[in-house]
Amino acid sequence: MNFKKKHFERRHLIELFIKTIMRIALIIVASSLGLILWTILSRGLPSLTWDMVTQIPKGGYYMGKEGGILNAIIGSIYLASGGTLIAIILSLPIALYLQAYAQDSKWGDYVRLSLDVLWGIPSIVYGAFGFALMISLGLRASLLAGIIALALVELPIMTRAMDEVIRRMPKDLEHAALALGSTKFEVALRVVTRQMLPGIITGILLAFGRGIGDAASVLFTAGYTDRIPTSLMNPTASLPLAVFFQLGSPYPEVRERGYAAALILTIIVLLVSFGSRWLASRLNKYTVK
Amino acid sequence: MNQVNVIKTIQENRTKKNIFAQKIFFGITIFPVILTLIVAIALFFRAFPILSEYQLSDLLFGEVWRPNQGLFGFRPFILGTIWVTTVGVILAVPACLLVSIYLAEYAHARTRSIAKPILDLLAAIPPVVYGVWGLLSIVPFVDDVLAPLAEGRLDSVPLLSVTQPTGFGILAGGIVLAVMIAPLIISVTFEVLSTVPNDLRHASLGVGATQWQTIRNVVIPQTLPGIIAAIVLGASRALGETIAVLMVVGNVPNIPTSIFDTAYPLPALIANNYGEMMSIPLYDAALLGAALVLLVVILIFNILSTLVLQRMLRRK
Amino acid sequence: MDAHIQVKNLNAYYGKQLALKNINIEIPKNQITVIMGPSGCGKTTLLKTFNRFFELTENTQLTGEVLVDGENIYNKDVDVTEVRKVVGLLAQRPSPLPMSIYDNVAYGMRIHHLRKNREEYKTGVKHYLEIAGLWDEVCKRLSEPATSLSIGQQQRLCLARGLAVEPEIILGDEPTSALDPISSQNIESRLLELKKQYTTVIVTHTLRQAKRLADYVIFMYLGELIEAGPAKEVFSNPKHERTKQYLEGLF
Ligand SMILES: Nc1ncnc2c1ncn2[C@@H]1O[C@H](COP(=O)(O)OP(=O)(O)OP(=O)(O)O)[C@@H](O)[C@H]1O
Ligand SMILES: [Mg+2]
Repeated sequence: MNFKKKHFERRHLIELFIKTIMRIALIIVASSLGLILWTILSRGLPSLTWDMVTQIPKGGYYMGKEGGILNAIIGSIYLASGGTLIAIILSLPIALYLQAYAQDSKWGDYVRLSLDVLWGIPSIVYGAFGFALMISLGLRASLLAGIIALALVELPIMTRAMDEVIRRMPKDLEHAALALGSTKFEVALRVVTRQMLPGIITGILLAFGRGIGDAASVLFTAGYTDRIPTSLMNPTASLPLAVFFQLGSPYPEVRERGYAAALILTIIVLLVSFGSRWLASRLNKYTVK
Repeated sequence: MNQVNVIKTIQENRTKKNIFAQKIFFGITIFPVILTLIVAIALFFRAFPILSEYQLSDLLFGEVWRPNQGLFGFRPFILGTIWVTTVGVILAVPACLLVSIYLAEYAHARTRSIAKPILDLLAAIPPVVYGVWGLLSIVPFVDDVLAPLAEGRLDSVPLLSVTQPTGFGILAGGIVLAVMIAPLIISVTFEVLSTVPNDLRHASLGVGATQWQTIRNVVIPQTLPGIIAAIVLGASRALGETIAVLMVVGNVPNIPTSIFDTAYPLPALIANNYGEMMSIPLYDAALLGAALVLLVVILIFNILSTLVLQRMLRRK
Repeated sequence: MDAHIQVKNLNAYYGKQLALKNINIEIPKNQITVIMGPSGCGKTTLLKTFNRFFELTENTQLTGEVLVDGENIYNKDVDVTEVRKVVGLLAQRPSPLPMSIYDNVAYGMRIHHLRKNREEYKTGVKHYLEIAGLWDEVCKRLSEPATSLSIGQQQRLCLARGLAVEPEIILGDEPTSALDPISSQNIESRLLELKKQYTTVIVTHTLRQAKRLADYVIFMYLGELIEAGPAKEVFSNPKHERTKQYLEGLF
């Protein structure tokens, strides 16, 4: 008997080869993240100034003169917060319903299927839909319209994330509560909500991060302006569009500022992403696993 | 009121609350189910003027896009979408499959726990930032590295000959798209592979198969529909990607013949023109028609892949 | 005694938890060895160290040696797949591969290129299905998916699949515990028939099965080897108090 490895046997060579190219593929994918971050950082940082995040555009800003993009930063925060808020109002009941009443029902399957389908609809289509609604109702581009379009983009992301995380919740706890005589609604509210908190937070932050970076849905619905909006009916600037428009400028200084704006957007999105990870892991400590 | 009655009333109240909540919650769940339909119908109504005036086939296959002369041929845009998406998917799929198989079958828990946040971050980066990256890195890369490599060598190869000198074009768009859809394809494929019970892997390893033999003969055949669905899902995501692609494909409404050509995909058409030339008759209807075409194609892709995935990933 | 497997100073850890404590045994060739002991004592773990399945669980660690025919299967330059070819495993639950009945049996032979042409594979498949006592039941439906078989038939199919790669050792981790009494009996009689050509190591929870099958017995408790010896001696005259209690059904 001899178990000695024959390294040059075909299948061992194949195994080695496959494993090697798999590792290379992983390195390529991982390093593309590094590449993106490095590109944005190295090109954005030089033109990032304090003015950019504290000032709104002054006259001649788009020709390279003074000012900043505070209007876009605030606008994006308004848009994403509003969109997230509306999405929460719809998502929470849907996620709760899916968990409490429709775990294995046909209807639950339809709802989940619909959410998956909605999740796959590109934001440009939501934007076009929002615009179609606006012209039908005779409305102009505004913060409100942008918020509604973003809410549609965020709704499936948020609900799916919530549903997904909650689904992993241990079921014993819920059954224990049911056995103690609570109605399903009470289970949903008390036990499930407490247990679901990590899922809810993850879903909300994920959707917020997506919302703040989305350009195609707010392109026609929110408009663009140099002022910070004071009412829901004002048009509003947004960070992704600030990047987009500045990059289209013939002035190199303005394009440089576009890179800086991209850096600001990236930093916000990364903060949200890390924040949700951190929060979810903190909250997880206090829930039964 | 005696005690029993009090308890009864509380009980009834609770039950009522339960039923009431159930009804309201149920009502809200109707919204996502009909939203797709609402979007499609709204787009259809706004696009109706052009659909009633032109033959659908003229719109879809017409080659000339001159709105001020009343010519609305979508063909260059549809082909542009197909080209960019195809290149993106072809570039993404091999790497994505390798990575997801590696993570699901070979990698240690530690590698997985490093890879997951990386993929999450890749998925979290906004499209416009991908666009900036494409503009700053990929377009020059295509221009300075890939095009010179292909020039002279691949000129006679159809689809690969270098046709224009700027770096903007299908290849740049495809590369950016490939990176953008990678996290989705990888995570869905990973989940699909994880549905294979370890018993099956052990059955194969137990007779002395290598890991790759096990993957090829047992794991992949078992999960093939799900893997294909993951790819289709990635493709449908690529079809609708707007801003990032728009920033690097050149946006010239020609009929592409090579991956170095410029293209003008449908989403870019909508994004670039909407709300601008509203004075031209039927222009907005044509653009919403384009959105409708995009929506319908994506819905088909999406529903098919989602149905497969829902069956495969149904929690056991 | 002619030892086929020798275990020397074997320690196995799941994370930091020690699951096998300094195990030393010799497992006789061409006999049926039965491993007994209360739940959680490490029987499965011990069995898994024989075909190097233990390392498939993440975060595990192993020290010591397992020698098969005098060769340490944990040596650096050992080919795991060769070990697993020689040491076959019959799992607790039957796990037919998601392919036809025929392909299930042919699977291992193909992996190791044990036959030359289609005809040889056909005779091979027939041969091992006969050994597993399944041929008569499935000869007309070889191309049907293996999952269409009953659980008991599936387990015999897994036996045929394991035997088809020509192992020398068969491991069985409670191989009949998922089966009905008649199927169990069927598997048991296969194992008894096969013991002339194969070294067999079985984990079982049923004392009666152990008595029916065992030539040699290993008794474990809390990760330690308490007693090992020829079946007759251990059953009639256990040396250790724990073994006695176990045999009397006190656990
Ligand atoms: N995958 C694992 N991770 C961590 N600990 C494990 C794992 N598998 C087994 N253990 C632990 O190792 C010890 C031995 O387990 P093992 O499965 O070998 O017992 P067993 O004798 O086969 O039990 P049973 O008769 O119930 O099958 C137990 O304490 C168990 O908790
Ligand atoms: Mg066991």
